[in-house]
Amino acid sequence: MLLVHCPYCEQTLPELEFTYAGEAHVARPDAATPVSDEEWRNFLFIRNNVKGPHYERWRHFHGCGRYFNAVRDTVSDRFLITYKVGETRPELSDLLEKSK
Amino acid sequence: MMALTPAFTPGPLVSGNVVSVALMAPAGRLSLRLGQADIPVLSAAIGIELPTRIGTRAKNGPVDVICLGPDEWQIQTDATDTQRLTDACAAVYAQAPHSLTDVSAREITVQIEGPGATDLLTIGCPRDIDKIAIGEGCRTIVDGVSAVLWRDGANSFRLDIWRSFAPYVIGLLQTGGAELAAE
Repeated sequence: MLLVHCPYCEQTLPELEFTYAGEAHVARPDAATPVSDEEWRNFLFIRNNVKGPHYERWRHFHGCGRYFNAVRDTVSDRFLITYKVGETRPELSDLLEKSK
Repeated sequence: MMALTPAFTPGPLVSGNVVSVALMAPAGRLSLRLGQADIPVLSAAIGIELPTRIGTRAKNGPVDVICLGPDEWQIQTDATDTQRLTDACAAVYAQAPHSLTDVSAREITVQIEGPGATDLLTIGCPRDIDKIAIGEGCRTIVDGVSAVLWRDGANSFRLDIWRSFAPYVIGLLQTGGAELAAE
């Protein structure tokens, strides 16, 4: 079982308490200006499907209930970092440097 | 025919030297959601300093509060005491907007005690039970069912389960209790 660090509970807890919630940092197009069909399609459906470190959202469903972001290697399932929603996206090169 | 609304008569469910499980009497339960800035106002209204670290608890008389999330608390009290708290919080609503919902009927509580209490919980709960400090608690999962676990002592726990899942979880605890007793 994976152990996931919840940045809100500040504890490392079993995967069963968490749910996966798709790719992170997918920004909704600003509807104040006209949004093209293509932009809207990209927002709704187009994802990266990364092999390797992946920025993704998780939710501590059976716990504090919060969504948070994580960087997980999709090959090894290793979590490089988890961080709160709204915090700046950590640079991948820094994370890989740290995990060495 | 199977009853769709079990009676949930309080009393012992599993008894023995290793572990005992009992269904507790109905309690008053309130779910509180509010923003960080309004914590002092609601603390004064309830008469308890709301704990802010997730998992920590505070108690004053019959009222027991646990912090479940950054903006979420569960308040447990006597079944007759909810109106007093609801009124107290409603009085400060204009000053500190919040959500306070009476969820007394949503859950039942089982008490798990005895030297085998931790072992019994591990059959359904993936958390390391030993890491939950005495006097704290958490919301976690018990064999697929979301539940709030309160640790009152080294070998004393309370488990709040939504009543629709309760017959299943109670059955699981009874099976586990019988196995622990047979060992």
